[in-house]
Amino acid sequence: MMRASLSDLPLVLDCVSFRAGGTTMLDRLSLTIGPGAPTLVVGPNGSGKTSLLRLCMGLDAPSEGAVSWGGRTNTPQTRRAILFQEPVMLRRSVAANIAYGLAQAGYPRARRAGRTEELLDRVGLLELAARPARRLSGGEQQRVALARALAREPEILLLDEPTASLDPAATRHFETIALMAAHSGTKIVMASHDLGQVRRLAGDVVFMVRGRILEQASAADFFDHPSTPEAAAFIRGDLVL
Amino acid sequence: MPESMSAWQLIASGDATLFAIVRLSLVVSLSAVAIAGFIGLPLGAILALTRFPGRSVLIVVINGFMGLPPVVVGLTVYLLLSRSGPLGALGLLFTPTAMIIAQSLLVLPIIAALTRQTIEDLWSEYGDELTAMGVGPSGRVVTLLWDGRFSLITAMLAGFGRAAAEVGTVMIVGGNIEGFTRTMTTAIALETSKGNLPLAMGLGLILISLILVINAAAWGVRVWSEQRTG
Ligand SMILES: Nc1ncnc2c1ncn2[C@@H]1O[C@H](COP(=O)(O)OP(=O)(O)O)[C@@H](O)[C@H]1O
Ligand SMILES: [Mg+2]
Repeated sequence: MMRASLSDLPLVLDCVSFRAGGTTMLDRLSLTIGPGAPTLVVGPNGSGKTSLLRLCMGLDAPSEGAVSWGGRTNTPQTRRAILFQEPVMLRRSVAANIAYGLAQAGYPRARRAGRTEELLDRVGLLELAARPARRLSGGEQQRVALARALAREPEILLLDEPTASLDPAATRHFETIALMAAHSGTKIVMASHDLGQVRRLAGDVVFMVRGRILEQASAADFFDHPSTPEAAAFIRGDLVL
Repeated sequence: MPESMSAWQLIASGDATLFAIVRLSLVVSLSAVAIAGFIGLPLGAILALTRFPGRSVLIVVINGFMGLPPVVVGLTVYLLLSRSGPLGALGLLFTPTAMIIAQSLLVLPIIAALTRQTIEDLWSEYGDELTAMGVGPSGRVVTLLWDGRFSLITAMLAGFGRAAAEVGTVMIVGGNIEGFTRTMTTAIALETSKGNLPLAMGLGLILISLILVINAAAWGVRVWSEQRTG
């Protein structure tokens, strides 16, 4: 290597296990996530999607194995952002929530107000800027959290079932914003158990069951030639436990 | 204070002595709460957000000190400030400053303990989010104190109630000097011991009214700001 890359990509999990409270949530996963179209992490409830995203963010350390970003294991997380399944709104206005994210990302104070407006416009919440964030609906809060994550201008954006509790219109709105981010170069890694969503968004698919990766393939291959019976059943819409 | 008059007559006649007593009570207790808050809010937050050896012991001690007997705090501060004590040279004994110091010590554990609990509960909700945003230790303290502001107002009020209602420390370190260190509570104690029960009771009702007014004001601020910022 000529010189160290400053990119967080590729994100590499090398034989990673994660255990807590006597449960093995992730069991010897190896995975490489490079730039490109969104990677969708799919699998039933409890399969370890959230645990995987937390490791990818660097919020948890693996019990075994190693996670690296652009070849480095201890990067600061400034180039990554995560949208939790239940994001926490600070007890402030919508705009102040975004401005807080900008401040934490080191965005210059003088330009924060303008940038906040841009971000709120991008997620379609400009007219709610002054409202207390905690009073918004679930879908609106999800979009505030997305704007706050985008404020970090992340190279990798981790989304944990962001549309699980949204109605179809709100889901479409969210997906549109996420795809825009993907087109402008942000690598999206998104957990989902909604097959329709996977078809709409995925460049490639990571299929998990019970803490293990059963399949990693391009979206086309995953849907057309699933190589495990579990994946085939999942695609058919059968219950995979 | 003319002893033949009831407390209500004193109020109605705009009695200067009475108002000096009320003013001193408020100044001492509010100053004590301000000082205790200035120290106790960050202290409680740091205690909630850090892990170090002896932390649990410290938490138990601070929780226990919420129930410190005022006379013991008063006596301790008295010994520190008395002429032969380590801080005797400051000449603070039997001054309002001494009363503020003593009440600050009395209130500090209350504010620190309630803050610690509030911030620890908030952290369990906010922890992942703030960690993911890369918020450092001092940023966490500031963020959570601000986001806990509605509950922390209640903690401050608990401290104020304790300070305004107690008689032990202000009596010992203030000395109940008329026109200088006499507060509502020491005046009540004095009038009671003189057998002037109607006046003592009237003063007590004034004190309770003041505490209620301050609590109502704080409640109003809380509701108003909660409506604005959720
Ligand atoms: N803090 C925890 N302690 C013990 N077990 C946990 C904890 N969090 C999650 N689990 C378990 O780990 C497994 C994986 O959970 P998770 O990663 O949340 O899956 P998913 O997001 O795919 O639903 C589940 O069996 C879950 O019950
Ligand atoms: Mg999950």
